[in-house]
Amino acid sequence: MKVLVTVKRVIDPYVKVRVKSDGTGVETANVKMAMNPFCEIAVEQAVRMKEAGIVTEIVAVSVGVQQCQETLRTAMAMGADRGILVETTADVQPLGVAKLVKAIIDREQPKLVIMGKQAIDDDSNQAGQMVSALLGWPQSAFTSAIAVNGDSADVTREIDGGLEKLTIRLPAVVTTDLRLNEPRYVTLPNIMKAKKKPLEVLKPEALGVDIAPRLKTLKVEEPPKRSAGVKVADVAELVAKLKNEARVI
Amino acid sequence: MSTYTAPLKDMQFAIAEFSGIEGITALPGCSEVNADLVEAVLAEAGRFAQGVLDPLNRSGDKQGARWHDGSVNAPDGFAEAYRQFTAAGWNGLAASQEYGGQGLPHCLALPLQEMWNSANMAFCLCPMLTTGVQEALTHHGSRELLDLYMPKLVSGEWTGTMNLTEPQAGSDLSAVRTAAAPESGHYRIRGTKIFITWGEHDMAENIVHLVLARLPGAPEGVKGISMFLVPKYLVNADGSRGARNDIRCVSIEHKLGIHGSPTCVLAYGDRAGAIGHLVGEANRGLEYMFTMMNHARLGVGMEGVGIAERAYQHALEYARTRVQGRAIGQRAGDRVTIIHHPDVRRMLMTMRARIEAMRALGYLAAGELDRAKRHPDAEARGRHQARLDLLTPVVKGWCTELAVEVASLGVQIHGGMGFIEETGAAQYLRDARITTIYEGTTGIQANDLIGRKVGAEQGATALALVAAMRELDAALAAVGAPFASMRSELSRAVDALEVATRWLVDHYRAEPEAAAAVAVPYLKLFGTVAGGWLMARAALAAASRREAPGADRAFLDAKLVTARFYLEHLLPEAAALSATVTRGAPSTLALQPEAF
Repeated sequence: MKVLVTVKRVIDPYVKVRVKSDGTGVETANVKMAMNPFCEIAVEQAVRMKEAGIVTEIVAVSVGVQQCQETLRTAMAMGADRGILVETTADVQPLGVAKLVKAIIDREQPKLVIMGKQAIDDDSNQAGQMVSALLGWPQSAFTSAIAVNGDSADVTREIDGGLEKLTIRLPAVVTTDLRLNEPRYVTLPNIMKAKKKPLEVLKPEALGVDIAPRLKTLKVEEPPKRSAGVKVADVAELVAKLKNEARVI
Repeated sequence: MSTYTAPLKDMQFAIAEFSGIEGITALPGCSEVNADLVEAVLAEAGRFAQGVLDPLNRSGDKQGARWHDGSVNAPDGFAEAYRQFTAAGWNGLAASQEYGGQGLPHCLALPLQEMWNSANMAFCLCPMLTTGVQEALTHHGSRELLDLYMPKLVSGEWTGTMNLTEPQAGSDLSAVRTAAAPESGHYRIRGTKIFITWGEHDMAENIVHLVLARLPGAPEGVKGISMFLVPKYLVNADGSRGARNDIRCVSIEHKLGIHGSPTCVLAYGDRAGAIGHLVGEANRGLEYMFTMMNHARLGVGMEGVGIAERAYQHALEYARTRVQGRAIGQRAGDRVTIIHHPDVRRMLMTMRARIEAMRALGYLAAGELDRAKRHPDAEARGRHQARLDLLTPVVKGWCTELAVEVASLGVQIHGGMGFIEETGAAQYLRDARITTIYEGTTGIQANDLIGRKVGAEQGATALALVAAMRELDAALAAVGAPFASMRSELSRAVDALEVATRWLVDHYRAEPEAAAAVAVPYLKLFGTVAGGWLMARAALAAASRREAPGADRAFLDAKLVTARFYLEHLLPEAAALSATVTRGAPSTLALQPEAF
């Protein structure tokens, strides 16, 4: 079966993020970028399923600027067979991404779509659910285990109360949680091979998708600095402070 | 504790500017090597170094390699890290594609060596030596030996070692006594070798030793030494592993640093004699060893760069977080992190500027190595080889001497906290200390530089390089005022190098003892001035790059400042070193040995 995975290019998780001085967003110019860690887990899952003989082809899809090609090359070095970049410099919000991904899915007809549960830059946690809704396909968000059985899949989801086990019909959309797998290190021979794998570049207009933003960012600012703590004399004072100053109880 | 982050931006900058990536793409077999590939490979290698090797550095140092009853266990986690390292294909980066390698150029291999060394020097000595064995076999081994041993050395299933030293034969290898007796189809090796790095361990299924030994009736001295391949386990004709060979690890050394790397005493032939195979022709072993030694010397130079970079990152992290005292001139208000204190900044700038200059010189040499090996034109190959030969002892000697200094500054920035082991700063100093010693001490490098490299050819290559350094003057003049002080410092320093070089050319034959007495100051002078030249080039490149749209101005502006610091703060040492070279020999030798 064919699997489609989505990969997003984000600021490298080890880089300290800085807010732009004009408050319009965070600084990304000349900052080290990397694949969103949850997307890495998605690619890893697809590659493991291919190695297990369940999957025959993995298509990696990204939406964003030209440099997202590097992110797709990383996905291909991990084991994806080919890449598709929907290239745009526009600010693409979750609904726009979901519509673009749906358009690619319509074309590619995969039996399973694996996406990161959220991206570490905007933490929206929306695209996967929206793709599923747009397609009318079952979804399993926050997935920590998946086993495909013919036309269905047994999944384990991480929910507030614990683990939820479901069986979903395929085709379906799955979003990955941290514990689904531990992504591999890319090997040098595979970096070399990835350079030769096919990478298609499309424009949003070619897919007939309107990606105009529906949301407006008013301002981005640094979180307030933490001030020094205080020592309380006893439990009674602590409770009083929580009640009167922090107003949390 | 700090975490290693590969300095990808500076590495890419140095590969582009000093290895000259564009010229390398044009070389045969390098068409795939471009800036994109460099970026992708460096990024992945950096992840590996940070995620797998760096976390084992401290634990490996604390636990150390352990010997019991002839076996050696690498520190916990090393075997698994080695499995991952080889599975990721890093072991075969520069190896021939014929044997499963990727055949990538040294301008990529050397920066990766820097990363492995930054992350975990003790660990990466093992793959480095394996690469050295591949190199020696490729140049001198028979087709039969190559086919049998290379695939597994390239994949890393087997590791390699160099066996030169014996208790009485250290820097002077003419004293080697290990004997090789011919038998049908092979040789029997008997003798004791010491200081064998990764000579015994549990990370790979076989170990391939290259051993220097004497054949019966071989001439005395270095002309009677042959090279033998002696595997820990014999290898069957089909490539499978056979019986255990007669080699025993008698003990491992207790050392100042690189505790994670076992330094072995190997006893060959306690029983029937270890079975070995002659590599190349008889009595040419030392010459063969030097093919890989020269390459290994560049590698040790990169160990210096790597360990210095790691010490810098560690000290920087501490300087950014340690709060101590108020800023100079402030009597009230908040206390500040120590990075606000000018002397701490001086130390950080010194570390940073030295490292960037060392990296520039190392990567320049890597580019020369690629051109010397691959350039289609024989005359050009010769020119690049001469440049490489000249630079090799400088990269080895200068970068490692500075690594010790930089790691020592790293301890200094930590203050008392650096002297205790808990902060981890001391390990880098302890680990750095071996780099000026093995693969030829700094003294040996300096003798090589003044003798085979400068003296033997009347300074031709060295003076050609001096002339190349002078060519930069016009470019610096063209930029004008902002570069005026850099220009005058560089010009003075290049003069100092030329004066010292000419002094050596004049005195090398007539007064060899005097020349040898100032060889190390000359090596340091050479490195210091070459570093200044390259930092000035870096400054010019940064000044022009920063005008491009989307330029990384924060990085390029920092490069400009660092270059200026190097030229104004460190390069003036050249004048003193030059004076030492031309005037320092008599007082070095005036006191006779018995007067000490």
